[in-house]
Amino acid sequence: MSIESLVKNAKPLRGPHVIEYPFRRSCGPILSRFFSGLRDGKLVGIRSRTSGVLVPPAEYDPETAEPLDDFVDVGPGGEVVSYAWVSKPRSKQPLQHPFAYALVKLDGADTGLLHVVDVGGDESKVSTGMRVAPRWSAERKGDIHDIEAFVPENEAVPAPPVMKVDETPVGSVLTPLRLEYDFTAGKEQSVFLRGIAEKMILGAKRPGDDLVYVPPRGADPRTAEPTPEFVEVADKGTVVTYSIVRVPSENIDFELPYVCINVLLDGSDLPFFHVLQKCELEDVRIGMRVQASWVPDDQLEPSVTSIAYFEPLDQPDVPFDDIKEYC
Amino acid sequence: MAERCAVIGVGQTHYDAKRIDVSMPGLLREAALRALEDADLTWNDIDAVVIGKAPDTFEGMMLPENYLSDALGASGKPLLRVHTAGSVGGSTANVAVSLIAAGIHGRVLTIAWEKQSESNAMWGLTLSPPFSVAVVAGAGGFFAPLVRTYMRRSGAPEDTGILVALKDRKNALKNPYAHLKMPDVTYEEIRDSFMLWDPIRYLESCPSSDGACAMIVSSEELAKKAPRKPAWVLGTSMRSEPVQFAKRDAVNPMSGRLAAKDVYEQAGIQDPRKEIDCIECYVPFSWFEPMWMETMGFADEGEGWKLTHDGTTALDGSRPVNMSGGVLSSNAIGASGMCRYAEAANQVRGEAGEHQIDGAKVALGHAYGGGSQYFSMAVFGSEKP
Repeated sequence: MSIESLVKNAKPLRGPHVIEYPFRRSCGPILSRFFSGLRDGKLVGIRSRTSGVLVPPAEYDPETAEPLDDFVDVGPGGEVVSYAWVSKPRSKQPLQHPFAYALVKLDGADTGLLHVVDVGGDESKVSTGMRVAPRWSAERKGDIHDIEAFVPENEAVPAPPVMKVDETPVGSVLTPLRLEYDFTAGKEQSVFLRGIAEKMILGAKRPGDDLVYVPPRGADPRTAEPTPEFVEVADKGTVVTYSIVRVPSENIDFELPYVCINVLLDGSDLPFFHVLQKCELEDVRIGMRVQASWVPDDQLEPSVTSIAYFEPLDQPDVPFDDIKEYC
Repeated sequence: MAERCAVIGVGQTHYDAKRIDVSMPGLLREAALRALEDADLTWNDIDAVVIGKAPDTFEGMMLPENYLSDALGASGKPLLRVHTAGSVGGSTANVAVSLIAAGIHGRVLTIAWEKQSESNAMWGLTLSPPFSVAVVAGAGGFFAPLVRTYMRRSGAPEDTGILVALKDRKNALKNPYAHLKMPDVTYEEIRDSFMLWDPIRYLESCPSSDGACAMIVSSEELAKKAPRKPAWVLGTSMRSEPVQFAKRDAVNPMSGRLAAKDVYEQAGIQDPRKEIDCIECYVPFSWFEPMWMETMGFADEGEGWKLTHDGTTALDGSRPVNMSGGVLSSNAIGASGMCRYAEAANQVRGEAGEHQIDGAKVALGHAYGGGSQYFSMAVFGSEKP
């Protein structure tokens, strides 16, 4: 395929980008009391001089920043002060039938606790001012999910006693995070990536300038001027620097140790990171010549992973002085 | 003419692998209270709060500023956050200083922090988007090739990094807040430690720390009321550059050189080699000491390593570097830049404790971040300019 036809297909490539991690938050002494209370089937708030009884307990007075330590038992019953109805719950939401997110002002508290109100999916049964009480989880671990949901007070049952009393205060809570992005590669990157799928490596440059950017990003990073001219560069290049990685990292699939090279392709002015294989670790050096090793043709796709790795090329090293501007 | 500005209070937490005894707000509060105590002030004396931490993925706390106004006494006051990757501790302090220099506020509390135990920075740094290949393993994966380039360019002796690490680990023993304390550490132990990202060894690398650092900056008028000697801010600078452009010098980056030139000009420094007594600079991997010595003009290009080998940068040398043990000994990422500033300020205040340099009059604080693409610097003086 020609560069022209690759450029003409201007539709940007898109793909899912998921960021997910189970963060663990340390509670500190105040929130520890709250989460330990949940585990034990009790609700606690904290009294502040300026703002009444806060639930969940705050560490510091919201107005004066004084430290707080006057714990108060609250609830278990309370009143819905406001709510939002969720008619089509998503898979990660707490209930899979329609429910309300509500601010519940527990008896004895002056602030609303954000939680779930379960009225069996019937929106007509939830209202501002309604009385609710917790439906506790059968197994309680010391986090906010120890209350499954608040339910109409007359349907609530007292917290079942814990089978084995755990005296250790809750020190931390797990807060899993997951972000799902719809990643768009952009026009110039998409041209580059479609080229990769054809085993062509494309760079771009400014009119009247010699510097070729691989991969192209649409603009010269120094001047922000557009780089509309696409040129093909070689799949052979020179190692301008490298490191040998012996430390594991999440998201990286190469077996340890691996050689991470910064490779300057012939015809390009921007080195990029990839791996070097088929080479003894002690033989890797700045200035060595390398060539891309592509995945089999039937596995080629518009992704840099279509270059499986780089491997040594049987050519003399490039003198350091010739590449030092790129090192 | 900008208002004169001084650092009148400094506070740090103890740095540790896991500060699970406190919440994130509690951690910041600890540093802030120490800074208030150092300046003999209360929350009511503070006009504004400026905070900074490294990128959100490093600890997964999105918009931490939303959870901090009560802990930091910021209710009813301006609270703003600064983002410049690992250099953020420096640039956050620069923003605080600018609020004083512009005459907007009288006293500003500034805090930077990281609670690395809640996440994994290696994970946070290897989030490869679709269509790309993940090969760069964390910060070390990015910086190790730059270290190798420096070694090749300068022809520095291979043990330069070992000597820097040995010096900083010994210095840390005199810093009560330092995370890593290795009283019996030897050259051989560092040399024989595991090669993580060849040529960077385990003991030539910074730890992952939880911790916070705070400073109170004030106007000249209010600095007169400070109970302890202030550190006068003689200049602050911040420069950035793209992480990639053709023929970029990532070893001795343009933005680092520009920030140094600018901050020296502001401070009236003609020759940093003669006029700066000591330096706290951001060295997460030991070889960055010689690299930054060159960028900041303390050595000619290719000769920064000589300052390590001839003892210039040692605690008892003629121009000590990282008297506190530096980032190699404590790395609560976001806080690390502000620690450099705070430690430099404490040197000219005469408040650096066991690692005090006698008679330090002018000290430089330095931070860098991203792919060596953000540089923040400040010069502190013992005498009012």
